[in-house]
Amino acid sequence: MDRYRGNSQAIADLVKGHAVHRDVYVDREIFDLEMEQLFPNSWIYIGHESQLKNTGDFITSKIGNQPVLASRHRDGQVYVLHNRCPHKGVKIASEPCGNTGKFFRCPYHAWSFKTDGSLLAIPLKKGYEGTGFDADQAAKGMTRIENVKIYRGLIFVRLAKEGLSFEEFFGESLSTIDNMAERSPEGELEVISQPIRYMHTCNWKMLVENQTDTCHPMVAHESSAGTAVSVWEREKDNFTETPMAVQLYAPFMSPYEFYEGAGIRVWPNGHGHTGVSGSIHQDYEDVDGYQDLMIEAYGKERAHEILGDIRHNTIYFPNIMVKGPVGILRNFIPLGVDKTLVESWVFKLKGAPDKLYERGLMYNRFINAPTSIVGHDDLEMYERAQEGLHSNGNEWVNLRRLWEDDEPEETTEVVNGTSERQMRNQFYAWRKFMVQNMDQAVEAAE
Amino acid sequence: MNRDDLIDFVYDEAATIDQMRWDDWLALFHKDGRYWMPLEWQQEDPILQPSLMYEDRLLLTVRVERLAGERTFSQKPKSRCHHLMERPRILSMGEDGGVHRLRTSFIYTETRGDLLERYSGWVSHELVEVDGALQIKLKRIDLINFDAPFSNIQLFI
Ligand code: FES
Ligand SMILES: [Fe+2]
Repeated sequence: MDRYRGNSQAIADLVKGHAVHRDVYVDREIFDLEMEQLFPNSWIYIGHESQLKNTGDFITSKIGNQPVLASRHRDGQVYVLHNRCPHKGVKIASEPCGNTGKFFRCPYHAWSFKTDGSLLAIPLKKGYEGTGFDADQAAKGMTRIENVKIYRGLIFVRLAKEGLSFEEFFGESLSTIDNMAERSPEGELEVISQPIRYMHTCNWKMLVENQTDTCHPMVAHESSAGTAVSVWEREKDNFTETPMAVQLYAPFMSPYEFYEGAGIRVWPNGHGHTGVSGSIHQDYEDVDGYQDLMIEAYGKERAHEILGDIRHNTIYFPNIMVKGPVGILRNFIPLGVDKTLVESWVFKLKGAPDKLYERGLMYNRFINAPTSIVGHDDLEMYERAQEGLHSNGNEWVNLRRLWEDDEPEETTEVVNGTSERQMRNQFYAWRKFMVQNMDQAVEAAE
Repeated sequence: MNRDDLIDFVYDEAATIDQMRWDDWLALFHKDGRYWMPLEWQQEDPILQPSLMYEDRLLLTVRVERLAGERTFSQKPKSRCHHLMERPRILSMGEDGGVHRLRTSFIYTETRGDLLERYSGWVSHELVEVDGALQIKLKRIDLINFDAPFSNIQLFI
């Protein structure tokens, strides 16, 4: 029996603001509806334009559970296509990235498609003559996704035909992506390597929530960052300077007061960030020559503004997080109600010293890798939660920290940095995009 | 050093890990030694190409001390591990700058609670002699599926 399908009230009731029902993390029907509703209704990140430098270059990705690919056509445009042969559904591209040449060729019966998706040729075409094939959707080739936006090189897609425009959906939250790109003296980001991939046996939303959970580092990461600090205290007399590694680990042990003061900013549609007026990224050593390059590119005042904006984690609802100061983007890819693949990418800042890229890569392997001791701490918590939530002793997850009675849901606001406000903000958006068009869809089907 | 000394060193090093004699293991590293797990096929650069691990003695010490911590929740229960190794191949014996190079094929197993994960690949050792004893200048682990998404790897291959 469907409990939630076509029942937008039942879905809305799962989100009380100061609490959410555990079904959002453990219920398979809810997960299926996320794939059918939430992901298609939202703008989803699928990759970066620099991964598609040459004609014929392609990348593959997923929107929810739907395979897509993006390719660079000979007209210079990027096209996003459903990664599925119009004949019998075979995935056309199977690798994360590559170059297909002038056309895609399906490996099953050799139908071929131009890199904008249109049908190029079918072997033994005369078998379709006079059969009515021309009126089939298949005759158009691979289905193209119309709603594509490339913003500072980041490629976002909305599968649903109707919905919020890219600008409406993200609004002012785009300022974090702006800041990350502007940290390049040329204003451009580049992907030049593969991401670190890390498999999590937990619901994807636990990972997203954790990005703005400022009350966990000093507790859950005492084992990793705390040990790093204590080993360093003991050993530091043997060193002439503080290694980059220590600069990256140590701020994780910052006290509650630090995070309280640093603040959290929420935006409409579930976006938000930690580290408004300070962050764990603020005290990294200057990189030789970088400041000068920035001042040359932007002028003194603007350069200081850009480098002074040290936002911690920015959530782009529903499932990516951007860390401007170290140029990292984490993609939380849902594979099942209790299975999430995390891909963490490091951007290279065009025209900036290599040392910055080195730091981004180091941060990524320290924090986001399956071999990361910080990652081990976090994954342990997610997995325990995924199991613990099956208890019937309490069906609700508590999100009441710094909650106020008439909390506005669609607003821009800066709040105390230990608030669970951004987690609530995500769930307001979750509710909105889960039920958007749902009742109409059911009526249409009836 | 003769050939057997080098080969024994590689086996004995793995034994310190399997037996969790962490202080003995760390002591096998040269003061500038590194432990490296690349993330790319035939990777050449540990700094400007992404790696799973590239750690000096300070960072390895942090890992080892973390394993023993009272509040290391991901180690409740504690992981165990096992190295199954082919006979190490000696690639060079001190010809370039006194560095001995060996390459060894392995299957590594690590537990996490009731789970058991298995990894395969090659470990490369660059060893130098200091005061008559061998030390690790570089230990490099190339997994056959370095690009796959793993769950936790908490001990040391
Ligand atoms: S399935 Fe693609 S050509 Fe038949
Ligand atoms: Fe964490």
